[in-house]
Amino acid sequence: MADVLKLEQIRKFYNAGTPVETEVLHGIDLKLAAGEFVALMGPSGSGKSTLLNIIGLLDRPTSGTVSINGQNTAGMSDSEMTALRGHTIGFVFQYHYLISAFTAAENVMMPMMVDHGRRTDAMQDVAYGLLADVELTRWRDNRATNMSGGQQQRVAIARALAMNPSLVLADEPTGNLDSVSADGVFDLMRRINTEHSTTFLIVTHNLDLAMRCDRILDVIDGRISGQEAAEAENIPGSRAVAEPLSPA
Amino acid sequence: MKNWAPIEWTIGLRFLTEGIMQTVFILTGIAMGVGVIVFMSAMLSGLQANFIKRVLTSQAHIQIIPPDEVARPLRSSSGLIEGAIVQRPSQRILSIDQWQTIRSAMKARPDVITVSPTATGSALAIRGDAARSITLTGMEPELYFQIVRVPDYIVAGAAKLESDDILIGTELAKDLGAAVGDKLNLSTASGATQVLTITGVFDLGNKGANERSTFVALRTAQSLLGLIGGITTLDITVTDIYAAETIAQDISATLPVQADSWIKTNAQFFTAVRAQQSSNTLIRSFVGLSVAFGIAAVLIVSVIQRSKDIGILRAMGTRRGQILGVFLIQGGVLGFIGAIIGSSLGAGALFLWHGAARQADGTELFPLMLEPSLFVVAAAVATLTGVAAGMAPALRAARLDPVEAIRG
Repeated sequence: MADVLKLEQIRKFYNAGTPVETEVLHGIDLKLAAGEFVALMGPSGSGKSTLLNIIGLLDRPTSGTVSINGQNTAGMSDSEMTALRGHTIGFVFQYHYLISAFTAAENVMMPMMVDHGRRTDAMQDVAYGLLADVELTRWRDNRATNMSGGQQQRVAIARALAMNPSLVLADEPTGNLDSVSADGVFDLMRRINTEHSTTFLIVTHNLDLAMRCDRILDVIDGRISGQEAAEAENIPGSRAVAEPLSPA
Repeated sequence: MKNWAPIEWTIGLRFLTEGIMQTVFILTGIAMGVGVIVFMSAMLSGLQANFIKRVLTSQAHIQIIPPDEVARPLRSSSGLIEGAIVQRPSQRILSIDQWQTIRSAMKARPDVITVSPTATGSALAIRGDAARSITLTGMEPELYFQIVRVPDYIVAGAAKLESDDILIGTELAKDLGAAVGDKLNLSTASGATQVLTITGVFDLGNKGANERSTFVALRTAQSLLGLIGGITTLDITVTDIYAAETIAQDISATLPVQADSWIKTNAQFFTAVRAQQSSNTLIRSFVGLSVAFGIAAVLIVSVIQRSKDIGILRAMGTRRGQILGVFLIQGGVLGFIGAIIGSSLGAGALFLWHGAARQADGTELFPLMLEPSLFVVAAAVATLTGVAAGMAPALRAARLDPVEAIRG
C-alpha cells in the first residue's frame, strides 16, 4: 500500500548555531501506510510534539525530508505548505479548540470555507453528514461553548475529516476527557479509520488506548524505538507493539 | 442559493459580534471621536463662513486705486542728481487714469464677478450747528450693492439714491439729530457744497463705520469732489475669495494701477481665520489619532485573546493573507459603523447647540452648515483609519506561528 507519510532522517535543532543549541530529533525515519492507525507514545520532552508538528507541516525540520502522499515538502514555500496541509492533513487537538464564535456545523465547514474562500450551501450538507457520522445531529447548530468536552472533541474530529484528508494527526485527543468519553472518541476514530481507510497518527499517554492501535511508536530522547519491529508488521489491523526502552 | 460573504468577512464579523461588550465599548469611543470631529468641523466652517460673509459683504474683494504719486528728483544732463533730499508728495484725490478701459479689462476676466466704480473722498456734513467729517462714497447703486449689501443694513428709510439723496449711518444720524427725509449740507475741501436729502439710515454693525460712512450717487460725489468723469476706486468681487490676493498681484503687475485684496487689507482677520483653521485641523487630527490608537489597542487585545483560534485556522490551511484580511476588515467595520453613529451624534449636538447659542442681538451664532459631503468624508476617513489601525494587529495575527499559538 502507498505511503501516506514518509520521513527520512529528520533532525531538528532548537537554537541552532547558539551555545544552547539542542538537538530534539536525531534522524528519524518513519513511514505510515494508507489506512494505518498508529499510536505515538513517549514521555514529556521526548520530542513527540515537535515530530507531530513537523509531520503536520506546521514546522520544518532542520534537515531530512518529509513526504506526504509521495510529495516531497522540502523545497515548498510557506503558502504551498499551508495549501498542502489544508488539503491532506486533519488535526485533532487535546483541548478540542473549536472556534467559539461559530456553531458546531460552522466549525466543521471551516476548513472547506477557508479553502474555497467563502461558504457554499453544499458545505453545509457535508458538515451535517459528518456531524451525523459522529452522532451529533442534534447539536449541529449549537455554539461550541454549549457542548460537553466529549461532544466538542467529536466536532473536532468531524472538522478534521471535512477536507477528506489522507492523514489525521491527533495530539492527545482523549487527554482531557473522562474515561467513558475518551473511549467513545477513540472508538469513533477507529470506526472512521476502518470505514474510510483514513490514516490516523495519535499521540497518547494512555497505554490501554495505544494497545488498541495497529502499532505503537515510542519516541524517547528524539529517537523512535521499536521502529524496525513495527515496520516488519505494518499491516493495518495487526498489532505490533514495540517494547519500550528501559529508563536506564 | 444563499450568496455568502468571503470567509474573511464571515470570521471578522463573527469575532466582532462574539466579543460584543468589547465591540460596543470601542464603537462608543470611535463614535464620540467622530462626533467631536463632525461637530467641530461643521460648527467652525459655519462660524468661519459667517465671519467671512460679514467681512466680505461690507467691502470689496479687491480695490483698484490709482498708484501713489511719487516725486522724481531732477537729473542734470551728466546724470548727477540735483537736490538729493526728496520729500514724499501729498496724495491728491486723483482719478484712475483710463478707468473705463481698466473696467472693461476687469470685466473680461473669468475670475471676476462684479466691477463697480466709486468716487471716494472726505467731506463735512453740516446740520444746524453740528458738523461732522464724513467719508463720502459715490457709486452706482445697482453695481455697488452687489458688493456691499447696504440695503441689508438699512434700519430706516430705503436704499434709494437719486442725485440729491444720501444714505447715512445710525451714529451720524444721532450726532446730527437727523432722520429720514431731513436735509444735510455737504461741503468739501475744494469748497463745493450741496444739500442732500437723507433717504435711508443704515447700521453696519460698527460704531466707527456708522459715524463716518455715507453713500451718494456717483455723479453727486464726482461733482462734490471735483472729479468730473473720474473715479477713485474700482471695487471688484471675485469667484474665489481666497485667490483674491493672487488676482490683485496679477492686476498690479499688468496694469498701471494699485490693487489691494481683502486678504491684504484685513491681514489680522485673515491670520485669525487661518489660525482657527489650523488649530481646528490640529484638534481633529489628534482626536482622529486617539480613535485610531483605540481601534488598534482593542484589535491587539483581540488578537491575543484569539491566538488559539488563529492557530487552529492556520493549521487547517488558512493563509496568512486571509488572517490579515480578518483583522483589517474588523478595523474597517469598526471605523465605518463608529463613523455612522458618530456623525449622527455630531449632527444632533450641532442642532442643539445651534438652537441654544445666540449672538447678543438674538441672531444665530453660526449658520447650520451640514453638508452631506462631511458625512461621506467622515465615514471614508474613519473606515480607512480603522483599516490602517488594524494593520499592526492584523500583521501580528498573520505572523503568528500556529505551533506557538495552539500551545498558547
